[in-house]
Amino acid sequence: MKFKLALVAAAIMSCGVANSAEPTNQELLDLIKKQQQELKELRNAVEESDKKSEETIKAVEANMSASNTSNVSLGGYGELHYNNIEDNESIDFHRFVLFMGYEYSDDIRFFSELEVEHSLAGDGKPGEVELEQAYVEIDLNDTTSVKSGLFLVPVGILNETHEPPTFYGVERNPVEGKIIPSTWWEAGAMVNHKIADGVSFDFAINSGLEVPNDAGVYDFNIRSGRQKVAKANADSLAYTARLKYTAVPGLELAASVQHQSDLTQGVLSADANLYTAHAIYNTGGFGLRALYAMWDIDAFEADVNGQDKQEGFFVEPSYRFNDKFGIFARYNEWDNQAGSGNLVDTTMQQTNVGFNYWPHEDVVFKFDLESRSGAQDGNGFNLGVGYQF
Amino acid sequence: MKRLLTAILGFILFIPMVSEAEVYITQEEFLAQRFAHLENGVQPEINTLWLNQSLQDAISSILGHPYPKLRLRYWRHGNQTVWFLDEIGKERPITFGVSVIDNRIDKIEVIEFRESRGYEIHMETFSRQFDNLTLTDDDKLSDHIDGITGATMSVSAMKKIARVGLTLHRLTTEE
Repeated sequence: MKFKLALVAAAIMSCGVANSAEPTNQELLDLIKKQQQELKELRNAVEESDKKSEETIKAVEANMSASNTSNVSLGGYGELHYNNIEDNESIDFHRFVLFMGYEYSDDIRFFSELEVEHSLAGDGKPGEVELEQAYVEIDLNDTTSVKSGLFLVPVGILNETHEPPTFYGVERNPVEGKIIPSTWWEAGAMVNHKIADGVSFDFAINSGLEVPNDAGVYDFNIRSGRQKVAKANADSLAYTARLKYTAVPGLELAASVQHQSDLTQGVLSADANLYTAHAIYNTGGFGLRALYAMWDIDAFEADVNGQDKQEGFFVEPSYRFNDKFGIFARYNEWDNQAGSGNLVDTTMQQTNVGFNYWPHEDVVFKFDLESRSGAQDGNGFNLGVGYQF
Repeated sequence: MKRLLTAILGFILFIPMVSEAEVYITQEEFLAQRFAHLENGVQPEINTLWLNQSLQDAISSILGHPYPKLRLRYWRHGNQTVWFLDEIGKERPITFGVSVIDNRIDKIEVIEFRESRGYEIHMETFSRQFDNLTLTDDDKLSDHIDGITGATMSVSAMKKIARVGLTLHRLTTEE
């Protein structure tokens, strides 16, 4: 103790504290206690300061990641096309699309897609403003979710995934336009269930098609039957089921069946079934897409011109050299009058060969040569630019 | 009657139940697995890396945006580091765990998945493609990753986070 007191005294003296008289032991003890108190207060102040700093950092980080945790999400895509087929030239901002979503909770979300087709909409104008998706999705548990509202029908490859950077070719393949008919949306409810990792099943109860049936040239034309959920006739519903396998990287196998209880919505009692199957395989730079689709329509009025059977397929091999450049070739064949009642060859063929250039993973420039044959003619080329975000 | 049954089925489908964002493995489990080779009682050091401008620039060049944090906590033992990093797939952040040994991916796994599509990236058959990958001279992954159709953005997020993990490992372990 004496040694410590001597040290404190020496320290005080070395600090230049001027004391004419020697401090008493009591005075030194009081000084030590006072300094201990000050140290304690300093320690508390430092801890308090650390706490405040930590809270400030957390607040700043929360603000920095606000966009990550925002309940609102925005996105979109678009594509501009230049077509030159048999010197018939056109340029068209084909699609301008905005996505908007809102996350009510981890398990309940809203998603929408609003599209302007062909730039200009209105009376006598070439384009349309279309609501292509607007649904609420609820996760019932880790393996099952339900969509309710207006959603894309779970058929084919492009109908649900059609952002321009995700596929080859300026224009979408014609089989998924003339037979399926993409882009195809309906209203209703759809349940998605993951049977196992990479195996899922979808089932939808949705509004149906209403094909023309007035003895005109578009009778039983599937694409013309899309009501687009615009004050649509809901007399006859449709039921869609899909099984999808994605358990192996690069591979997707899927098959869909849709039953339309009446394609004419109560006029002719024309029930119909759509069968589709597709495969996608990508490994290394090599890619292959193939799809088959067929309508089987049960109606005497459709039999007459062979429209009771409408079918098509395409095969598309591709090779991607790197992140930026890939080439492809696609052969398409389809027939909207493939039934036995049609005595004329109405099969259409189309071959496209070209490349995609991605300066960024979400931006693409496209070029392809197009050759049409069969019941249609024409050769030419297409140029396009597309994006997504 | 058919229409009524359809309506009832539709209603049943919408009975709300509660689930959470999918947690495939907890951070604690991932750490335990990746450092399972350590002897009993040996624990990895827990470090904090402050993301200064230089680090943010390095991350931005991969993600296309700065990382929305001021600092990152990481676990290190010798030449191994483990990171937990978030990146948005299409709309919501996905949390990844990345373990790097000697500038090679030891393992990358999805910790928590919040997107509505693309969950397949959590599968071992997909994630094992990243095992032993390194960074090339231009900071790309050293081998091709076969993607998942319809999950392009989730796949892209995982590839970017693998590159960020490798970059952070190199920057924190190089002498």
